[in-house]
Amino acid sequence: MKRTIIPLGPFHPLLEEAEYFKLYVEGETVVDIDMRIGYMHRGIEKLSTMKNWDQSTFVVERICGICSTSHPIAYVNAVEDLGDFDVPDRAKYIRVIICELERIHSHLLWIGLAGHFIGYDTVFMWAWKYREPILDICEKLTGNRNHYAMMKPGGVRRDLNEDDFPWVHKEMDKVIAEMEMLVGAVLDDPVLHARTKKIGVLTREDAIGYATVGPTVRASGIADDIRVDDPYAAYDRLDWKVITWDSGDVFGKAAVRLLETIESAKMIKQCMDDMPDGPIDACIRAVPAGEGIGHAEAPRGEVFHYVRGDGGNSAVRHKIRAPSYVNIPSFKATCVGHTISDVALITAAVDPCYCCTERMAVLDRGSGDLIMSGKELEKSSREATDRLKKDYGGPTPVEITMEKLLKKP
Amino acid sequence: MSEKTTLPAIKEKFGDALIDIFEKNERRAYITVDKKDVPAICRYMYEQKGGRLCTASGIDTRSGIEILYHFMFPPDTQVITVKTKVKKPSPEIESIGTFLPAAVWIEREINDILGVTFLNHPDPRRLIMADEWPDGVYPFRRDFKEFDK
Repeated sequence: MKRTIIPLGPFHPLLEEAEYFKLYVEGETVVDIDMRIGYMHRGIEKLSTMKNWDQSTFVVERICGICSTSHPIAYVNAVEDLGDFDVPDRAKYIRVIICELERIHSHLLWIGLAGHFIGYDTVFMWAWKYREPILDICEKLTGNRNHYAMMKPGGVRRDLNEDDFPWVHKEMDKVIAEMEMLVGAVLDDPVLHARTKKIGVLTREDAIGYATVGPTVRASGIADDIRVDDPYAAYDRLDWKVITWDSGDVFGKAAVRLLETIESAKMIKQCMDDMPDGPIDACIRAVPAGEGIGHAEAPRGEVFHYVRGDGGNSAVRHKIRAPSYVNIPSFKATCVGHTISDVALITAAVDPCYCCTERMAVLDRGSGDLIMSGKELEKSSREATDRLKKDYGGPTPVEITMEKLLKKP
Repeated sequence: MSEKTTLPAIKEKFGDALIDIFEKNERRAYITVDKKDVPAICRYMYEQKGGRLCTASGIDTRSGIEILYHFMFPPDTQVITVKTKVKKPSPEIESIGTFLPAAVWIEREINDILGVTFLNHPDPRRLIMADEWPDGVYPFRRDFKEFDK
């Protein structure tokens, strides 16, 4: 059969790096995939060594807009490991609150976009509606909807106002109720099952071999979570559980994310109940020579920072590894054998941005003629769901739930 | 905290090959080895002890290029880093990407920025540097002329 190359990319803005996927297809089936990154290499590792220890927190915050607190917390963990600095208890609890708020809004963003992509626009609208109060909480607590700038080596930059806590408690109760409803609707929907189950399966062996992290590995039945494996902040003092799923497919990854948001909301409530009094900053004066490793569980997986200092005012080497850097190579194991409309979904399941699929185009290798644009690819994915919906006959559980919501005053 | 098993096992198996062992605290350990022992130790940590390769870091120092392989051991709640040094001007080391797919990209990246050749690498292409970037110019080397601007 004639083999065609489909370029997918090269701009993929939500992940820390832009990338370019080259899909080799025979007919509709993908037979091989090749990846290229580095289009948006910003030299942040180098830039960070030209800033002082305090300023670097702001530099690494700019790596990603959505998980803007994961890099700073991994970085401050690394600096605190380097100098064996102790962090005050209150700062640890505040760190957990900020990190978990970020996890909820990041997961909700993904759920909404995934819903939109497979043709469930109501899921998209409701998930993003639920995300908005989380951003309001972030704004109330930290002053910003995103880029909170709360972390600093030795503690946090600003204290939280405890007068806000009763309101946050109420909002978290709402989030838990809403998510439980959404989980029930999505996990029971037969059309979603047909569309996402057994699609893009990442086996246990591949997950270990590619060293994947975050929901991507937890959906393959491996309970890897830095919050448990190497506890930082106050995670070892809270009561929560690591969510895993055994299937390894797109459905599993969605289920892990949905269930994690509920755990996060519970953790935030616990932190507010247990919030200790005291200082929020250890006031580090100087960072000694040595090396430190810090990592943190971002919404997409483990963020890894290594710093080496020579006793001076800045790091001499700062190595950063973002979660997508290890999750993306696993596409080689998950995409082969699937159709193009499924591959668009699989590459999305590790939580990249849909802007990439907007720019995805199918070209004929011989003539270079455009045979399919990004819009058409999205259409093909939505049509695949529509066909399944027709086979099902009648409204699906998700549609029924959403219909009910609309009728609510 | 539970008893740690990985580091004692490595010490027992590779006793003579370990040049230096530095246990910074109970969650971080650094072991220094000669570059010829790196593949064997990494293979043992990954295949026998269930270590997950977080990433590798390359650092240019005055005496050579240091390469650090950071492995995470969840049951031990410990990160063990394997350190080795390769000599300039033509640094070379055996690739561990042959048996560990997770190492393929980071070895390509270290080759891009520091010019370390990974022997028998399964896919020795450029990863992050642009196609038009000149050959033999490595931005993370200390002698890179833009280095301290």
